[in-house]
Amino acid sequence: MTNLHTPGIIRSGASKFVSAPMSAKFGIVIITLYALTALLAPHLARYGEAEIVGTQFEPWSAAFWLGTDNLGRDMFTRLIFGARNTIGIALITTILAFSIGASAGLAAATFGGWTDQILSRLVDVLMSIPQLIFALLLLSIFGTSIPTLVIVIAVLDSTRVFRLTRAIAINAEVSDYVEVARLRGEGPIWIMTREILPNIAPTLIAEFGLRFCFVFLLISGLSFLGLGIQPPTADWGSMVRDTATLIVYGDITPLLPAGAIALLAVSVNLIVDWFLHSASGLKE
Amino acid sequence: MTSILRIIGQRVALGALTLWIVSIIIFAGIQLLPGDIATEILGQSATPETVAAFRKSLGLDLPVHLRYLRWLGGILHGNFGTALASGRDIGELIAPRLFNTLFLALSAAIISVPLALLGGIVAAINRNTFIDRAINVVTLSSISFPEFFVAYILILIFAVHAGVLPSLSDVDSTTSFVDRLTAIALPALTLAVVVLAHMMRMTRTSIVNLLGNQYIETARLKGLSEWRVLVRHALPNAWGPIATVVVLNMAYLITGVVVVEVVFVYPGLGQLIVDSVQKRDIPVVQACSLIFAATYVLLNLTADVLSIVTNPRLMHPK
Repeated sequence: MTNLHTPGIIRSGASKFVSAPMSAKFGIVIITLYALTALLAPHLARYGEAEIVGTQFEPWSAAFWLGTDNLGRDMFTRLIFGARNTIGIALITTILAFSIGASAGLAAATFGGWTDQILSRLVDVLMSIPQLIFALLLLSIFGTSIPTLVIVIAVLDSTRVFRLTRAIAINAEVSDYVEVARLRGEGPIWIMTREILPNIAPTLIAEFGLRFCFVFLLISGLSFLGLGIQPPTADWGSMVRDTATLIVYGDITPLLPAGAIALLAVSVNLIVDWFLHSASGLKE
Repeated sequence: MTSILRIIGQRVALGALTLWIVSIIIFAGIQLLPGDIATEILGQSATPETVAAFRKSLGLDLPVHLRYLRWLGGILHGNFGTALASGRDIGELIAPRLFNTLFLALSAAIISVPLALLGGIVAAINRNTFIDRAINVVTLSSISFPEFFVAYILILIFAVHAGVLPSLSDVDSTTSFVDRLTAIALPALTLAVVVLAHMMRMTRTSIVNLLGNQYIETARLKGLSEWRVLVRHALPNAWGPIATVVVLNMAYLITGVVVVEVVFVYPGLGQLIVDSVQKRDIPVVQACSLIFAATYVLLNLTADVLSIVTNPRLMHPK
């Protein structure tokens, strides 16, 4: 963890990219493209996000590159804005889930005893109901709005982060350098953030990729069911739902937002796979 | 042998405890609901007297713990209460749909389990070769595919272009067995694709782990063929982990079934829960969640018990 200085990271990052397998390079390129699309959405789109510009289900044309949806909104425009909304909401949810899960996991490992028992049993209970079903139950109680969605999914997903953080932090917690820090008289916050966290960071980063994928697919799934991100916000899951009827006429329009979801999830998984492979020290 | 029975007994007791806590969580849901169920059903115009009478008839005037016991007692007798939206008996609503969902999940399992085991074994034998890497990329991709993406691709291929299978899985109690199989072919296939990849990867990992053992090394040094090493020496010890993998993936099917049923408009439990969430018909959502959660807890318990029973170290303690 000595090369955490910025130039070092860029240099080792660049050399890692060159030596990465094709699959990981592909993933990195795709994710960069998605990120640029999300950031530059208003400049790339030709119409407004929820603007009705044509009649229902117009075919692909020069004016509407990918046709229009069930309300006559431009598909291409909504796909681009969808990148911003769908990825943005999934990213916020994952970050929230990580903040909750990782801090609770670190606390459980550092304090042990009752803190650990209470947190671990609570997580056991939350994990005993399948995540999608639990999310459906909570959404039926609290209603479907974006803040509710983000909080519900983040809390449910933080249980997975908690389990992992706790497991690896307990290993780090018994090492000599933590003992030394304790004897030096450092407080629990210092031990958590300065001693344990840097040593478990690589595993957590890989887990972040996997959790993001999972959250992203879960939110897309909920939106597809009409229970996630609500109209008129452009979102890939609900776009599939809106245009689904076209598939029986052999029109591939619903596959575009669905494919956009799949491609991003594949790319993240390919990078995480490479990251885990190289972090585990296995050479091929 | 007594110690293993004790461990299993502990797991089963833990499973029962989990189920009980799950039932409390699901019941608590209705308490968190903003507003009152009686006014929700009767509408804002109802007089206080009618509301009070209705609350009494539903048992809503009782304290929380008594209501919980009533609810739980009812469910244990197969009485789930009545649906808010339709006023129908929830038990009657659920029974045929539960059958449909189980039928679909079972068909998906029958397709995916043998394929996954075969694929996992092939990947494990050829580990770190081109075949293994190809299987890795393919399974990694299909794990990342949302269920509806797989479903619409299959619809496009089999229903629209080939025209051999229906894109809507409309079944009812009068549908014959053969028609039923045709109707669920595409949803079952979709589910199979989704769990196949998971199962294949987990099978590969558990076999690769086993192949690192010394007795495998010995078998190889005796000059046995790779296939014989695998089938005669590795596989008998792999059944435990593989059985666990299969059961855990059956638990995974529970979530997959919800989206797939909606895509194919299949009258199962998954579609019912989604409809009920939209209508905010909490009693139906509760009943469905409880069934899904109970299945999930039981499957996880089965996986636990299987991994204990098939673990030679636990079966023959020192």
